[in-house]
Amino acid sequence: MDKVKTRKRASRSAMFDPSIVLPAAGQAFVKLDPRLMIKNPVMFVVEVVAALTTVIFAKNVVQGGADLGFTFQIILWLWFTVLFANFAEAVAEGRGKAQADTLRQTRSNTKAKRLLIEDNFELYEGVAADQLEQGDLVLVEAGDIIPGDGEVIRGVASVNEAAITGESAPVIRESGGDRSAVTGGTLVISDRIVVRLTASKGTSFLDRMISLIEGAARQKTPNEIALNILLIGLTIIFIFATVTIPSYAAYAGGSISVVVLVALFVTLIPTTIGALLSAIGIAGMDRLVRFNVLAMSGRAVEAAGDVDTLLLDKTGTITLGNREATEFRPVRGVSELELADAAQLASLADETPEGRSIVVLAKEKHGLRSRDMAELNASFIPFTAQTRMSGVDAGASWVRKGAVDAILNHVDGGGRPRQLASGNAARAVAAMSEPAREIFAIADEVAKAGGTPLAVAKDGRLLGVVHLKDIVKGGIRERFAELRRMGIRTVMITGDNPMTAAAIAAEAGVDDFLAQATPEDKLKLIRDEQAKGKLVAMCGDGTNDAPALAQADVGVAMNTGTQAAREAGNMVDLDSNPTKLIEVVEIGKQLLMTRGALTTFSIANDVAKYFAIIPAIFLAFYPQLQALNVMQLASPQSAILSAIIFNALIIIALIPLALKGVAYRAIGAGALLRRNLLVYGLGGLIIPFIGIKAIDLAVTALHLV
Amino acid sequence: MTIIGWIQIALYCVIVVALVKPLGWYMTRVFTGEWTPLSPVLRPVEAGLYWLGGVDPKREQHWLTYTVAMLLFHVGGFLILYGVLRLQAMLPFNPQEQSAVAPDLSFNTAISFLTNTNWQNYGGESTLSYLSQMLGLTHQNFLSAATGIALAVALIRGFARSSMRTIGNFWVDVTRCTLYVLLPICIVYALFLVSQGMPQTLSAYVDATTLEGAKQSIAVGPVASQVAIKMLGTNGGGFFNANASHPFENPTALSNFVQMLSIFALGAGLTNVFGRMVGNQRQGWAILGVMGVLFIAGVAITYWAEANGTTGLNALGLAGGNMEGKEVRFGIVASSLFAVITTAASCGAVNAMHDSFTALGGMIPLINMQLGEIIVGGVGAGLYGMLLFVVLAIFVAGLMVGRTPEYVGKKIEAREVKMAMLAILVLPLMYLGWTAVAVVLPQAVASIANPGPHGFSEVLYAFTSATGNNGSAFGGLTGNTLFYNLTLATSMFVGRFFMIVPAMALAGSLAAKKSIPASAGTLPTTGGLFIGLVVGVILIIGGLTFFPALALGPIVEHLAMTANTLF
Amino acid sequence: MLKEIRPAIVLLLALTLLTGLAYPLAMTALAGVIFPKQAQGSLIEKDGQVIGSALIGQQFTEDKYFHGRPSATTAADPEDSSKTVSAPYNAVNSAGSNLGPTNKVLIDRVTADVDRLKAENPSAPVPVDLVTTSASGLDPDISPEAALFQVPRVAKARGLSEQRLQQLVRDHSQGRLAGLLGEPRVNVLALNLALDAAK
Repeated sequence: MDKVKTRKRASRSAMFDPSIVLPAAGQAFVKLDPRLMIKNPVMFVVEVVAALTTVIFAKNVVQGGADLGFTFQIILWLWFTVLFANFAEAVAEGRGKAQADTLRQTRSNTKAKRLLIEDNFELYEGVAADQLEQGDLVLVEAGDIIPGDGEVIRGVASVNEAAITGESAPVIRESGGDRSAVTGGTLVISDRIVVRLTASKGTSFLDRMISLIEGAARQKTPNEIALNILLIGLTIIFIFATVTIPSYAAYAGGSISVVVLVALFVTLIPTTIGALLSAIGIAGMDRLVRFNVLAMSGRAVEAAGDVDTLLLDKTGTITLGNREATEFRPVRGVSELELADAAQLASLADETPEGRSIVVLAKEKHGLRSRDMAELNASFIPFTAQTRMSGVDAGASWVRKGAVDAILNHVDGGGRPRQLASGNAARAVAAMSEPAREIFAIADEVAKAGGTPLAVAKDGRLLGVVHLKDIVKGGIRERFAELRRMGIRTVMITGDNPMTAAAIAAEAGVDDFLAQATPEDKLKLIRDEQAKGKLVAMCGDGTNDAPALAQADVGVAMNTGTQAAREAGNMVDLDSNPTKLIEVVEIGKQLLMTRGALTTFSIANDVAKYFAIIPAIFLAFYPQLQALNVMQLASPQSAILSAIIFNALIIIALIPLALKGVAYRAIGAGALLRRNLLVYGLGGLIIPFIGIKAIDLAVTALHLV
Repeated sequence: MTIIGWIQIALYCVIVVALVKPLGWYMTRVFTGEWTPLSPVLRPVEAGLYWLGGVDPKREQHWLTYTVAMLLFHVGGFLILYGVLRLQAMLPFNPQEQSAVAPDLSFNTAISFLTNTNWQNYGGESTLSYLSQMLGLTHQNFLSAATGIALAVALIRGFARSSMRTIGNFWVDVTRCTLYVLLPICIVYALFLVSQGMPQTLSAYVDATTLEGAKQSIAVGPVASQVAIKMLGTNGGGFFNANASHPFENPTALSNFVQMLSIFALGAGLTNVFGRMVGNQRQGWAILGVMGVLFIAGVAITYWAEANGTTGLNALGLAGGNMEGKEVRFGIVASSLFAVITTAASCGAVNAMHDSFTALGGMIPLINMQLGEIIVGGVGAGLYGMLLFVVLAIFVAGLMVGRTPEYVGKKIEAREVKMAMLAILVLPLMYLGWTAVAVVLPQAVASIANPGPHGFSEVLYAFTSATGNNGSAFGGLTGNTLFYNLTLATSMFVGRFFMIVPAMALAGSLAAKKSIPASAGTLPTTGGLFIGLVVGVILIIGGLTFFPALALGPIVEHLAMTANTLF
Repeated sequence: MLKEIRPAIVLLLALTLLTGLAYPLAMTALAGVIFPKQAQGSLIEKDGQVIGSALIGQQFTEDKYFHGRPSATTAADPEDSSKTVSAPYNAVNSAGSNLGPTNKVLIDRVTADVDRLKAENPSAPVPVDLVTTSASGLDPDISPEAALFQVPRVAKARGLSEQRLQQLVRDHSQGRLAGLLGEPRVNVLALNLALDAAK
C-alpha cells in the first residue's frame, strides 16, 4: 500500500518562517493582557509575580536600593519567560493563519445565484455568499464557487475541491446517493447543480475549518484539563515551598529578598510545560489538517490516541477496490485454454477492471492475444443488474460470464428462475447436471480462498470458473502488525459471506472480521466493544454509516460522503482515504506523548534548579551549603540569574519540539515509555545542569552581575 | 556497618515478604465476605453486632455515605477518648491516682489517637490512668487502624470495580477488620510479648529498694495488650514515655524484631489484597516493589550514618557508632532499622531517640514522613497514600506512551488527578506552614531543645510527624504547650481527614468507571520500569516540596557536623 | 445519611467495650495465669523485698558495683514543680537526653565522662555506651566491653582478682539471639547481684 500522501503546504511547513514569527512576536505582547493570560494559570502566576517585582523594583529605584542591576535583570527575564510562552502559542496559531486567511477571502468574494423557484434554473437573484440562509437553494454552474455547505438536490457536476483538500483532481458530485454533499469554497468545473444549503451562517464547514486552523474555537480537551490541574497543584506546592523560606531563614538569622524568592519560585513551577501546553494542542490539530483530516474538536484527536479497536471497511481500505482474475478453473472435459479463450472473448469489450484483468490473464498465461470485436463481427452484451452476466454474441454463437447461478440459469435455457436459495440448495444441486455440480464445487473452493467465482459458458455448455481475487493492498499486513504492537485491534467490515471474509481477513492479517455486515451489525459491534471499555474508531461515507459514525468514539467521515455522514463523524477526511485512520491514531498518540514528555522534562528540570539556587540563597548565613553548589557556579547572584535565564530560554528551545511533536513508534508501550523516560526524564535531569553551568560561564564572562 | 547487621536487615525483609501472601489471602477473604478459618467462631459475633447496630451487611454505600459514616464514627470516638482523659481521676483503674489530663493536652491526645498519629505530648506512665490507657488509647488504636484498613479496601474496590456506584459498607469493613484481623492477631501477639517480659497487670507501680539502697518506683500496667495493637495497627503511641525503647515496652531483641515485623505486616499484606482484588497479584507486588526500593535505600543511609557515628564522638576516640539515645540490647542496626520502619509506616513507635540521631540518620525518618508515609505506610493509609502517588506518576508518565493514562484498567482523568493532587497538597501546607510559623514565634521557639539547625529540624519533624500521622518525634521539643497542642492537633486532623476525603472521592469516581482491558498499548504497571518510574516521581515531586527545608535542617547540620562545628 | 447515626453510636460503643475493656482485661487474666512473673514486671526479690526488675536498669554509683549507662531521666523539682531536676533511672518517667549530634552540651558532657573514665582505666579504649545516655534512661544492659572496662575499678574496690571478675562478666554476657538478633550485652543488675553473691 502506498503511504498516505501528505501534501504539505509549503507556506506553513517552515518552522520559523518570518511571516509567522514576526506577527507572533507582536502577538506575544498582545497576549500579556491578564484576561487572556488567566486561561493559562501557570503563566498567569508568572505574570503576576513579574508585575509584583517590577513594582518593588520601581520603588527601590526611587528610594535607592542595593543590587539594582541584578534585580533589573531578574525582572527582565521574568517578563521574557511570560513573553516566550505567549510567543510559543502565537507561533502555533500563526501557522494556521495564512491558510485561514485565504479561505476567508474565498468566502467573502463569492457571489451566489439564489433560486427563486425551485424548478426554474433561469430565475435566480445574485447575492453575496455571506447573505445566504440555511435552506436556500442556489444554482452553481461551471466556473462558480459553491457558496456554502449543502447537498446537491439536482444535477451532476465535477467539482474541484482543492481549496479544502489541496487535491486538484476534480471529484463528481451528484444528487441522491453518497456523493451529494458539497463544501462551500469549492469550485464547480463542469455542468451545473442545484444545492440546498445545510449550514447556517458562520457554522459552515469552511467557517469551522477557519476557526479550527486558527485555534480560535479551541477548547481545553479533557486531558489538557487534567494536566492543567496537575500543573496548578504543583504551582501551589511550590508556593508553599517558597513562601515559607523567609521564615526558615529568619530562624537561622538570615534574610532573603523578594526578588530572589520570586526567581526561585518561577524556576520551580512547571513553566516549561505551562508555556507550551496550548501550543502543543494547536500543533496537534494542525498536524491533522496537514494530513487533510479535519477534527471537529480537540477531544476527538485525543480520543484517537486512545483507540483500542479500529473498524475498517474491506473494500478500498484493506483490498484494492477492484478484483483481479488469477486463475481459470475448467470443468472436466474442458481445457484451460478453451476456458481462457471463451472468458477472454466474453471480456473483450468489458471495460470493468475485472473484465480487463481476464483479458490480461488469458494473454499472460496462454498467450491469447486480444482480438478485435469488429473483426469477429461480435456484439457486446453488457452487464445488468437483472441478468448479472455479460458476454458477446457472434452470430449463433454466444459466450457468457457472470454470477454462478445466473450462468446456470442461462444455460438451463428457458430463463426460468431457479431457486438456489438456502434450504433448497442441497436438493437443487443434487438435481443438477454433472458439469453444474462441478461448477458449484469449484465456486465453493474459490469462495473459501477468499475469491469471487465467475462462471463461464459458451453456446449452452458450461466451461468452468474464473477465479476473481480480492487483492489485498501491499504492505497492509505490516500496517496491521504495527497496529497490533500499538495495542489496537483491527476489525474488517465486509458485505462478503463469512467464508470469503475469513480468507481475506487471514490474508490481510486483521484480528477479526464482521461478514455480511449490515449498518445495524456495525452499530452493535461498536456498542459491544464500548461496553467492554474500549474506544472504537471507524470511517464511513454513506448515509447508513451515520449512526455508527456517531456512536464510534472516533468517526472519520469521508469528504466524498453524504452530508449525514459528515455531520455524524467527529473528523472529516478531506482525501477520503480510509487507510488514514491509522495516521489519525498516530497523531492522537503523538499529541498525548508530547504533553507527557514535556511535563516530565519540566518537572525533572527542577532538580538542577534547586542545586543552583538553594545554596545561593542560603550561603550568606550557612556557608556550609557551598557543598551543594555542585555546578560550581561563580556567585550566588550569577547562579540565580543563570537559573532564571535557563528557565526562560528552554521554552524557546522547545518550541520546535512542541510544534513537531514527539515521534511515535509502534514498539509497545513498555519500550516506548523506557525510551521517552530516558530522553525526557533523564535528559530533563541532566540538561539543566549543563545549561545552567554554561549560562553561568557566559554571565560571568559578560560581567552581568 | 557489620555483616551481621545486614543479615538482620535481610532477614527482616525476607520475613515481611513471606508474610505478604498469606496475610493478603486472608484479608481478601475477610473483606470480600468469604469464609475464613475463624468464621465459625466470629460469624455469630459479627451478626450480633450488625443486629445491634441496625446494619444490613449486604447494603453497600456510595463513597459519600461511606465517608460520612467514617466521620460520624470518629466524632463518637473523639468524645469517648476526650471524656475518659478529662475524667480519669474519677474513673476506676487508676491505682496511681493520676489527675485529670489538661484540656489542651486531652484535645491533642484525642485527635492524635483518632487520626492514628499517636503523638505523645503526654508521658504515659506519668500522666495516664490504666483506664485511659485501655478504654481510651487501646480502643482507639484498634478503631483508627480498622478505619485505615477499611478506607484502603474501599479505594481498592474503586480500582477493582467497573461501573458501580458503591464502594462497600463502612460498618461492615470496620467490624470485620476488628474482629477477624486485628483482635485475633493481638491476642496471640500480646501473650508473646508478655512471655518476653512485658508487663500485663492492673496492679499499682512497684516500689523497689535498689542494691545501693535507693528507692526506685517502677511503672507497670496493662502494657502488652496495648503494645500489640500499637504496633500491629501502626499507631505507635507508647504506654511509656520512652515508647519502644523502654525495657518494659520492648524487653528483648526478639520482641524488638517481632514488633518491627508487626509494623509492616498488615500494610505489606494490603498490597497483596490490592493485587488480588484487581485481579492480578503482580500489581500488588509492583506496589510493594516501589515501597521496597525506597525502604532499602532509607535503611542503608540511616544505618550507614548511625554506624559511622558523629564527628564529635569520634573525635573523642569513641568507636561503635552513635549510641546516644540508643539501647544496648538493640544496638546500632536494630535502632536504625526500627527508625526507618516506624517512619516508613506511620507507626511512630521508637526504640531509640530520633532527636539524638546523626543529621542524615535523622533525615531519612523525616523524608519518609514527608513523602507521605507511603513506604508500606500506616495500615491502610500507606496503601491509599501510595495509590495517590501512583495515580500522579501514571498520569505524568502514562501520557508518554501516547494514551490517556490508565492504571489497572481505570483511565486517569481530570477528576482523579484533582483528588490525588488535593490529597497530596495538604501535607506540605501543614508541615511547611506550621514550621514557618513556629520558628519565628517566640513562645514556640522556646520549646526547642537543641540549638542551631538541629532545633529547626525538631520543629519540622514535629509538624511533619503530626501531618503524616506518624507520632514519632525529635523528642527534645517540648510539645505539651498550648501552641503545639493546638497546632499539632490541627496538623494531625488535616493530615488525616483532608487526605481521606479526596481519597474516598477518588474511590467513588474510579468505581463508577468502566474497566478497560489491557493491550499492548497499555502502560505496563507490573515491571521494573513501573517501579522505577513511581520511585522517581515520588522522589522528585515529594523531594522538591521539602528540599529547601531539609537544606536548612539536616543537610546543613550534616555539613556542619563533618566540619565539627558545634552549636 | 441519618440512618448512619445509629450504627455510629451502637457499633462504636460495642467495639469500644470489646477492644477497650474486654480485650485488655482478658489479656491481663490470661497473662497472669500463663506468664505470672513477666506479667508483673519480672520483679526480683531478695529477702522478701523487691530490689528491682530484671528488665529495668537502676543507678549504681559506688565503685564496688558495675555501673550502668548514663541516664537522662528527670523528676519534678521538689522545690518548684514547674521545673525538673536530673533523676537518673527514674522508672516512672522514662526519657532520653534528646541531645542532637551538633549540640555543644552533648559533646561537653561526653568529653567530661570520657576524661573521667580514662582516668579510671587508662589501659582500654572508652566504650561508647558508657558515655552515652540510653533512649529510655532505664537501659538495664551495658556492652561486655563496658563491663570489662570497669573490672579494674570494681576489683580494686572489692579486693577481688581481675581474672575472677572478668570470668564473672563473661558468665553473665548474653550473646545475640540465635547468633543473629540483638547485640551482646550484660545485665548490670544481674551482674551486680552475682557480684554480691560472690563475696
